[in-house]
Formats: sequence, C-alpha cells, structure tokens
Amino acid sequence: MITSAIIPRPLAKLPWRLIFLVTGIAMFGLVVLYSAAGGSMHPWAIKQAMVFFAFLGLAIAMSWMSESTIKAIAFPLYGITLIMLLGVEALGFVSKGAQRWLDLGPIKLQPSEFMKPAIVLTLARFYELVPAAEIRKWRAIWPALLLLGIPALLILVQPDLGTCIVVMLCGVTVMFLAGLPWWFFAAPAAAFAVAAPIAYGFMHGYQKKRIDTFINPDSDPLGAGYHIAQSKIAIGSGGVWGKGFLHGSQSHLDYLPEGHTDFVFATMAEEWGLVGGVLLILAFAAVIRWGMQVSQNARTRFAQLAAAGLSATVFFYVAINLMMVMGLAPVVGVPLPLVSYGGSAVMTVMLCLGLLMALERQQRTVSRVI
Amino acid sequence: MKHMRITTAHQSITFSRRMMLLSGAQAAIGGLLIGRMGWLAIAQNEKYQLLSESNRVQLIPVPPRRGWIIDRNGKPIAINKASFRVDLIPQQLVNGPQIIARLQQLMNLPPDEVERITRELSQSRGFQPVSVADNVPYEQYAAITVRMPELPGVAASQGFTRFYPAGSAVGQLVGYVGPASAAEYEKENKNPLLLIPGVKIGKEGLEKSLEPVLRGEPGGQRVEVTARGKLVKELDPKPDRSGGTVQLTIDADLHEYAARRIGDQSAAVVVMDVTNGDILAMPSMPSFNPNDFSDGISQNEWKMLSQNDHLPLVDKALESLYPSGSTIKPSMALALLNAGVDRAQKVNCTGAFQLGNHTFHCDKRHGPLDMDGAVVHSCDVYFYTMCLRVGAEKLSPMVRSMGFGEKFDLPFETQRYGTIPDPDWMMRKYHRKWQGYDTVNMSIGQGMVLINPLQLAVMASRLATGKRVIPRLLKSRPVTPQTQLAVDQDHLDFIRKAMWGVVDHGTAAAAKLPLNGIQMAGKTGTAQTHNLSASERGDYTSATWKLRDHSLFMAFVPFDNPRYACATIVEHGGFGAAVAAPLVRDTVTFLYDKPKAIAALQAFEQSIGGTLAEREARKEAAWRQANGLPPLPPKQA
Repeated sequence: MITSAIIPRPLAKLPWRLIFLVTGIAMFGLVVLYSAAGGSMHPWAIKQAMVFFAFLGLAIAMSWMSESTIKAIAFPLYGITLIMLLGVEALGFVSKGAQRWLDLGPIKLQPSEFMKPAIVLTLARFYELVPAAEIRKWRAIWPALLLLGIPALLILVQPDLGTCIVVMLCGVTVMFLAGLPWWFFAAPAAAFAVAAPIAYGFMHGYQKKRIDTFINPDSDPLGAGYHIAQSKIAIGSGGVWGKGFLHGSQSHLDYLPEGHTDFVFATMAEEWGLVGGVLLILAFAAVIRWGMQVSQNARTRFAQLAAAGLSATVFFYVAINLMMVMGLAPVVGVPLPLVSYGGSAVMTVMLCLGLLMALERQQRTVSRVI
Repeated sequence: MKHMRITTAHQSITFSRRMMLLSGAQAAIGGLLIGRMGWLAIAQNEKYQLLSESNRVQLIPVPPRRGWIIDRNGKPIAINKASFRVDLIPQQLVNGPQIIARLQQLMNLPPDEVERITRELSQSRGFQPVSVADNVPYEQYAAITVRMPELPGVAASQGFTRFYPAGSAVGQLVGYVGPASAAEYEKENKNPLLLIPGVKIGKEGLEKSLEPVLRGEPGGQRVEVTARGKLVKELDPKPDRSGGTVQLTIDADLHEYAARRIGDQSAAVVVMDVTNGDILAMPSMPSFNPNDFSDGISQNEWKMLSQNDHLPLVDKALESLYPSGSTIKPSMALALLNAGVDRAQKVNCTGAFQLGNHTFHCDKRHGPLDMDGAVVHSCDVYFYTMCLRVGAEKLSPMVRSMGFGEKFDLPFETQRYGTIPDPDWMMRKYHRKWQGYDTVNMSIGQGMVLINPLQLAVMASRLATGKRVIPRLLKSRPVTPQTQLAVDQDHLDFIRKAMWGVVDHGTAAAAKLPLNGIQMAGKTGTAQTHNLSASERGDYTSATWKLRDHSLFMAFVPFDNPRYACATIVEHGGFGAAVAAPLVRDTVTFLYDKPKAIAALQAFEQSIGGTLAEREARKEAAWRQANGLPPLPPKQA
C-alpha cells in the first residue's frame, strides 16, 4: 500500500505490491514472447499486452466488489458456466468434432476457463452453508462431489485433460481446507492407483501417447517425446545465465515446439538461464503467498476458502506447467499464466486475482471499521 | 478416537492446520521445481548444450579430395580428374517435376534414373543435394549452366573422379573405387560422408586397404538450420583435409611395360629390387579397367569380366596358386648340397624313372648328368633320384626358407600363400604317411607344391643374394633388414652359375638378354595341369587352352652382381622356355635399355593386333555382338 498525499485515496488503497508483481511477470512474459517471435512485437507480444492490460483493468475494477456480491454470484456463475459447458458439448456433438469454445462473434469463449474460479467460489459458498457439526457427514460430501464431478467430466470429454486436472485440483483443495475427513482424500488416492490403468484405456490416442512418453521419454524421441526432450534441451543448455536475449537457438530455430504457448518457460530459460527461471518462480511464489495470506487474514469462512482456492488455482497452473516443461509431469497442455501467449489463461488468472483483491480490500475495510 | 462434536472453533483450527500443510506442500513443490531446474541447467548443462548445438548446427559435408597413389619416382598411378556433376538442391527447387522433365530432356536421362531422382528428392532433407548425374560430359554441363536462371534448384558443379592413367595395366594392383554400399555405410556407423553424391570409397586392392590414408578428413559448410531444415545462415566452414599421398615401390613405367608385354596371355609378372625387396612391378593381366569402375560399371561390363576365362577379376600375382614346376630345382639343389650330396656325382637319365609300379617321366633322355647339368637342362630324373636319397625332411625347410609357402605382409586383403608339403603336413592335412612318390613329385615342384608368382620372385631374389629378402610395396614402410640364409656361399655360387647356364646354354637359351655385358641367370618351369601325352604337350594347337601347362620363369640380373629379380607365371602358356622366359627377358631389358625394350614391345603388340586399349575395345565389341547387345557409343575423351 502506498501512502502519499499526492496519490488519491482510491488509488493508494490498491494492493500495489500484487499489481507490481503481476505486471512484472507479464512484462517479462512480453519480453519472452517478443524474442519467441524472432525479435518482433508481432504477432504475439502486442496482442498479449493488450489482453493483459485489459484484464488487469478488469481485475482492478473487480476489487471493488463486496464479499456479499461475490457470494451472491457464486451459484449463478457456476450454473451459467455449467450450461455453457453443456452447450459446447452439444455443439461438438452436432459438428462431430472436439469443441472447447463458444463462438460469440468477435470473441471465442472457453467456458472451462470460467469453471476454475466458479468451482472455487461455489464450493466455498457450499461449505460456508454447511454447519460445522455436519462437516464430517456424508451430506457435506456428496453435493460437493456432484458440483465438482459434473463439470470435470464435461471438460474431460471435450477433451481437455489439462483444464480438467486443474479444475479437479482446485475443487479438492477447497474441500480439503473445508475440513473434510482424511479418508476422503486418502481413499481416492488409493483408488487412483488402481483406476489409473483403467482410465488409461479410455483415453484418446494422443493423451495415451503423452503419458507413454512421460513414463519413457526416449521411446519416441522424434514423435510425442520430442516436446519434452527439446524443452529439457532448451532449459539445460541455458545454464545459469542463459544464452542471452534473442539468442535462444532452440526456440528461434523452431526446435522447441509451442515455444510461445505451453513451453514458453523453456524459451525463457534458454535465454535467461537459471537466474531468470528462479526469479520467475519466486515472483509466482510471491503472488501465491499474497493470495494465501488473504485467505489466512480472512474473517469469514467463505473468504477463507475462496481466497485459498483462488490462490491454489494460480499455483496449480504454474506448478503443472513447470513440471511439464521440466519433464516431471506428462504433457497435459496447461499454459504458464501471464507468460504463455493466449487470452484464456490470462483471463482466468486475472479473474482469480480480481476476486482475491476484492476479498483483500474487504479485509482492510472491515479491519478499519473495527 | 472418541466421537466428538465439531464446532466452529475446531473448524478454524483444522483450517489453519490444513493451510499450513497446503503452504508447505506448495513450498515443497516450488523447491522441487527450482532444484529440478538447477539440475538441468547446472549439472546437466554440458550435455544439453551439446544437444542444443547439434540441433542448431548442421554440417553440409564437403568430401575430401582422395589421396594420390604415386610410383617410386613420383609418377601418378591413381589421381583425381576434374569432372562435372549435376545435383538438385531440394530447398531451392520450385517446380520439381517440371525441372526434372527439363533435365531429362537436356541430359538424356534414362527413365529409371528419373525415377531414382524423384524418389531421393522426396526423401531428402532440405539442404542435402540429390545427385542427378555424375561425370557429365562437358557439353551437357555447359547446356545446364547456360540455362541456370530457368532451372532454379539445379546445381551444376565441378567434382573429381578417380583416374588411373595406366588403365587396366594397374587394375589388379590398385583395385577400384565406387559408391559405398548399404553394408559399408552400416559398418562405418552410418558415416554421413558416405551418403554424399559422388563420394567413392576403395572397393578392392590398394584403394581398399589404403582407404584410411587415402580418404582424408571431410570438411564442411557449417550452417544454422531450423527444425524444418531451412537454412538460416552460414557459419565459418570447417576445412577439409585431403587424403594422404601413398608412394609405392612400383615403377609405373616398368609395371605398365610388363603388363603390356603379357599380351593376350593370362599371366602375372613380379619384378623386385633384390637389394631392398622393393616390388618394382606386379601386373596381373588381363585386368579390368579401374577407370570404368570409377565411372560406375554397367551390368554388361561386369558380366563380360566375370565370364572371361582369363580371369580379369583375379590378382594372379597374389591370389592364384600354381605348381612351381622346375623353378623349384635350384632350391632343391641347394638342399641336396646342404644334405651332403656330391655335386659331381652323375645320375643317368633314361627318360623314365621307376618307383614301385609307377613310372615317372623326364621330358627327354638326358643321359648321365651331374648337378650342374641337371639344373641347366632341367632333368627330372636326377632330382627324383637324389631327392629320394636325401628325404623330404631335409628338402622342405630349404625350399621354404627360399620363400615358397611364406606369408608376406602386403597391403592386400586377399592373398593366398600356397603349400610346401612335408611328412608332418601330410599327416595333419590328409592323415596319411608321406610316400616316396610324394618326394618325387615335390622334387620337380608338382604334387602338393603350390606357389604364387610373388613367392617365385622372392625365391629368385633370395637365390641371388643368399639373404632373406622381404618384399615391400609401400615406400613408407621401412626396409626389412635382410638376414643371411643358412646356405653355404660356395653352394650359392654354384647354383647361380648353374642358373646362368640355364639362360646361357640351357632350357632358356632363347631368353638371353640383348644387352652387352649384362647377363641373366634364371630357371624355367613347366607346371602340369593335366596329364597330356608328350606329343600333345609339344603341340600347342591340339590341346585346348585350358588343358595346357603353365609356363614359369624366374631370373635375376646381372648374374654376377644381382640387382633385380623377375618372375612370371603364364597360365596355360606351355613350355616355360617358350613363353615365360621371353616375357622376363623383355621386361628385364626395359630396366637397362628402354628404347630397345619398347621396340621389342611394339613389334610384339603389332603381331598380336595392336595396343592394350585397342585390343580391349575390340574384345568388348566382339563380346557385345556375341551377346546380342548394341555397340557402345565412342568413349568421351
């Protein structure tokens, strides 16, 4: 918070630390996209900058929302998003092809993106409504399972494994923090170990292949294992200080696939090295830490759960993407928020941060009143 | 755990606890990510930097120029001739099929070549050229060059083709070069150099065995290319290193002379410098023309060569084995002297020799002969008698020490060493006891005795010097020090005198050198291949070529101070004195008096129908006609 006589009060009350952090990450992302395009603002950096600032503005605007408003829109938002997911599915059925977005003229809306904050808010709202004494009862579990399971399934069949996993993890995080019994988390983990091979059988060919190559990347070095292999080469060859801005051969010579989207971290690490990578990771850690603190300082159960869930959303985005590009997880198609080119991820993350800022402002306002 | 009611307070504690757990897990994953990145970027940095560089930089190899093979005086035996070639650069090609059709029209490409080009083009990476044609005649090269602007993606360039000035005269010596086969490519761990259009490697003979020296180091244009093979920029080139020059002990002129002097016979000649073992000439004729092979040999050329009964694809100097015939006799005589036989003691030759119930013949009735007479007139009965008296055990070691059956370290992959039998060997190999007739057969170089022409030349060298002369072909190899053979000087002088007698007034009197003051010593040999009657043997026309005896001769000059040794084996040449000895005479004459030798050769070639090239061309034409093939177009100069 900046306290100065010159800066007007509403501006001074903005969470500037967070805004600086997020803007810093996004600016660094633009620099990487500039390099990924061979030293050009086109076609990615300029578009990304516009998208980012638009959503930053939106997020800041959202910070004036009151907690009660957020609570009030939780269920309707969830309902609308679910209907949109069904709509996408129906559209895909009609056009006999995979479909992830709704074409609304100038913009393509990807409802699964809205589902990430929506599921967090919905579950937070749900557990706020559940009396403390009921929390270990079956009654507190099955509605949440339905709320989470239906959209997750709809996203999985799109098919979008990455988003499905993020949505699931966000929901489970909220349920975990809500105080559900341990067995609820231990049992599925055990079940997963059993069911994974069965689920594998139902996967799409390209999904199967990604998992195959994760388990054994050398099995297909020129095919599906190519992404991970080239990404590791880019990161590893960057060394401590990197090859220098605009000098990443892996990305510039197209050896690194998806160097501006899912694998943008590898593009960055090749040119900026371990130093750039650690700085970026620490910046994200600070953003997440800020969100977690909002949760810890929250006065209401809804704010606690929602803030933690929204921070977790950002966390899972970053963690899954980085594990993927460093060869610690299968390639599931999760972008690095704020850095990867693409509006959807920016939108989701900025929605989460906008909600977090709103919750944070609430805390300060409330505390000041007290 | 007892049942308890969960209150809001409890819930708040649970939340804090679980928040700590969650934060801890997040921090742990963050730590894992940083650790993993550190591992990749620091510990594995070197490995990944290497991989990244090998991604980035591709080498367009520039084949090294193949090293020359030169003779002892620096005269070229195998060199590189500038040639023209046409390639396609896939990346620059605009309208592939149309360009190929235009090339087909300009260069008269056969349909199967067009098919090959189209296939290779579809498989190639952007920057790797695809060969259209090799060794293109200048007119076609010029026709392509002037149309360059309308042929995008076509590259006409100058390359090099292996060239052997002496043609087929050196065929068996140098072997030939050709494009690497799939097996050779695999054997060299998929060396990319071998895939470049126009790169030839040694396939036979010296070209093959000296490959590591001759090939050199490929250089290359280092280029930065994208994952899709698009050239981004050229980096500093890596210079190539030409192959090393290999100097042989061969005297190219002498070698070619001997090759031509063989004429239409199937023969090998070996000339050695007895002072150091240098092989001065080693032609084997007839031979293939290695120039034809470096242009790429056609099915028909190959068929013609492999069907020839004079075996042009075999190096007769090293790979063919023959009975030594009477050329073994000087060494046998040495063995007899060593065993204590009195050289003055006479044996009466009646023209036949009875052993058990078998009669061995001599080629004529010589009457009583001492050892000198037996060598000079090549009397078999003398050697039957004396060798039986001494026994094989004392004969074989002496013959072997003279070079028969000995292995020499020469840069050829296939050499055959032959046999000098003895009782132990007979037991090992045929599981039977040595018999008297084995000694009788061996005494005149028949039976189990098998030698190659090089060994014959080595024997002549050793008889000439009394030292263990070791043949040498590569100038870079040190001369092997010659050790004294276990022979009495007195015995040696006697044998040399007898061998002088062979040429002076014996079986090879027709091979006297036409030179003043230089006299040759030698020994003829006639190796039986089939049992022919005496009258058939004398009549060259009655026996078909294949059944005739091999004709052998070995010699050294000058007889009183030996410098050179020469040996030849003429397959089915008949009497050694008739064919082999004159061949050696003319070859040796060339060493001392070139004009005289060349005059003799010209007269000889005229008598057999022209020069080597003329006769080869005529033979090929006849063969093509006999096999119903159209005549060849006249060869490009």
